[in-house]
Amino acid sequence: MTDTPLPIGGESRPATMGRTTVPTRSAQPTTPQVRRSIGRISRRDLVVLFGSAIASLATTELLFGRLAPFRGRLGFVVVAFALFVVVYGLLVSLTEDRPAVVDRVMGSLFSAAAVIAGAALVSVVGFTLWRGRSALLKSNLYVQDMSQAGPLDPLEKGGILHAIVGTVIIVSLALVVTVPLGLACAVFLNETRSRMRGVVRSVVTAMTALPSILAGLFIFATWVLILGFERSGFAASLAISIMMLPIIVRSAEVVLRLVPGNLREASEATGAPQWRTVWHVVLPTARSGLVNAVILGVARGVGETAPVLLVSGITSTINSNPRRNPMMSLPLAVFEFVRSPQQALIQRGFATAAVLMVLVLALFTLARVIAGRPAGRQSKRQARRTMRRSAKDLERIETVEGGTR
Amino acid sequence: MQTNTSLPVRDDERPAPTPREISSRRGLGDRNFNRGLSLTGVSVLAVMAAVGLFLTIEAWDAFSAVGFKFFTTSTWQPDRRVFGVAAVLLFTILIALLAVAIALPLAMGTALFIVEVVPSWLRSTFIAIVDLMAAVPSVVYGLWGLFFLQGQIIGLSRWLTTWFGWFPLFSVSGDDPTSPISSGTVYTASTFIAGVVVSMMVMPIACSVMREVFSQVPPGEREGAFALGSTRWGMIRTVTLPFGRGGIIGGTMLGLGRALGETIAVYLIISPRFDISFHVLENGSNSVSSLIALRTPEATGFGLSALMAAGLTLFALTLVVNFVASIFVARSRSGAGSEA
Repeated sequence: MTDTPLPIGGESRPATMGRTTVPTRSAQPTTPQVRRSIGRISRRDLVVLFGSAIASLATTELLFGRLAPFRGRLGFVVVAFALFVVVYGLLVSLTEDRPAVVDRVMGSLFSAAAVIAGAALVSVVGFTLWRGRSALLKSNLYVQDMSQAGPLDPLEKGGILHAIVGTVIIVSLALVVTVPLGLACAVFLNETRSRMRGVVRSVVTAMTALPSILAGLFIFATWVLILGFERSGFAASLAISIMMLPIIVRSAEVVLRLVPGNLREASEATGAPQWRTVWHVVLPTARSGLVNAVILGVARGVGETAPVLLVSGITSTINSNPRRNPMMSLPLAVFEFVRSPQQALIQRGFATAAVLMVLVLALFTLARVIAGRPAGRQSKRQARRTMRRSAKDLERIETVEGGTR
Repeated sequence: MQTNTSLPVRDDERPAPTPREISSRRGLGDRNFNRGLSLTGVSVLAVMAAVGLFLTIEAWDAFSAVGFKFFTTSTWQPDRRVFGVAAVLLFTILIALLAVAIALPLAMGTALFIVEVVPSWLRSTFIAIVDLMAAVPSVVYGLWGLFFLQGQIIGLSRWLTTWFGWFPLFSVSGDDPTSPISSGTVYTASTFIAGVVVSMMVMPIACSVMREVFSQVPPGEREGAFALGSTRWGMIRTVTLPFGRGGIIGGTMLGLGRALGETIAVYLIISPRFDISFHVLENGSNSVSSLIALRTPEATGFGLSALMAAGLTLFALTLVVNFVASIFVARSRSGAGSEA
């Protein structure tokens, strides 16, 4: 092709066309070409991987105790991994060039990082469940408080009901404050054109990282010292609210941003005022994501220890009145139990931590299940309900039309 | 039957149409709606301002009593009017830096593993693992560090001080690691152990920011690198890492901010000390937040004011770190959409 510009409109052909030359094809390629497989793990790769794993394990086993005075589990793992990387690199370099060797070695380092992360999570969860197993299996843990049980009593006596009740009350009170405020603030950040949005957004981000102890200290300074109220469950729920609010705002805002703009525009085009658009279109569309945001906030609030320690205090009896007297929460109970030297109390502490952890992980899994659907996609039951409702609407419309006819 | 016939008006006889007046002015309901929403935004600002304001008010007594010496004194005896955050702040920063130093390579490796290495059907599992790590309450990490990690890691501490003891950070006074009767108690409750535990809590936070940024690398650039014959690591080095630089720095700073404020896990692990020491492997450490948690329940009057002053210092420190982090994230190519 020449680079003569084509006349606009394409009415006439260009006066000159370049000559196109077709490359002459040699009858046979000089070497037979083999299709390269990309992206798949070949059998060779697997052999190299397993070979270097076995080689490194065997060499480390030799080093530890036989050839060199090494010992310790941690050292074994570290030495074995270092040897693995070296052997693997050597084996790969037999067939590949240098960039490919670097690529494989870096890939194994990334995998190692992920394995460490996974191992840390498994050991945290597993260790807590294991140490708490004997107390966890006693049913009295869930139905009694610690008022009748002394530190020397066996695990058959006493439980953490006071902490469970306290956690439920504190978190519910915090939800009453944070859900409306947090969702309204998320709507403010996403739906209005206010000039303050930038400031509010960066302050909310900064608030996400506010140390929990400072939330407790702030409530202690205002509610207890300046206003003169006593330390109570309500004060703890105020402090927890400060920790939960930014989490809810941020994750709700992200979800609201995903609501398709044409839904909003369609609603505005029917003449609906903005508040009706938000209430009837934007919020219902993002419902699953908003529930997810609230659950994430709850998961954060349930696990906070320091603010409750400062503004509520420690007790061993059930207190269902958030207005007065100390109220216990689950993480605070863990903290209190394990500060004691008594083995039985430490076991209770681990069991309480396991209950707390299972609660948080369950909330988290629930949040993932709910947030698994994108905004605006309905579950089967929701879809059935919507269809039933529109069928009823159609029926109503038809009867009205039939009446006037 | 009679009908009226009307002739259609011809176009040129019709009066010229006047454009309808269109107003973008909202109705009363919407204006109130917007006002109400602004109010919630203002209330969030007010809460944050109030935290700073009331901490300052309560801390005023302590600040005015010792003045600038608050930042150079290392003991904590408010009743004798001799107190300051020099040692406590130093330990706080040491713990946070250690935590970030351990968490940064782990977080980057895990984020790159999730985005680039793992097959797509396993990806959501690993994302869930990292998210779950972030969701485990800090008191549980504290238990794990106190009862599990401490026993495992003393060997590493001893090894470090045996071979790297010439480096001031790793030297330990009061123990001869080559002596057969050295018991290892010198290595318990140290800054190092606290740093390792906090790194486990910081890692998922930094990792999720990095993962978010890495997954936004424009596919055209990635495929361009592959089409030019790059290996996967070559693509990561030349495309993913430069693109995600803001996210890496921002995620790390965010983790640093979280590490500075960590309370209960540090409280459980360390045994408090109030002298300036850089020996991270040695028994005893401290942090601003655990000092507050330890002393507030029984403090009164002036002692409380001193604790509020310490809290205000921590507040200012974390605010600065977080604003620097958000600036880095917002100015990176991946942009503000990926912030925290």
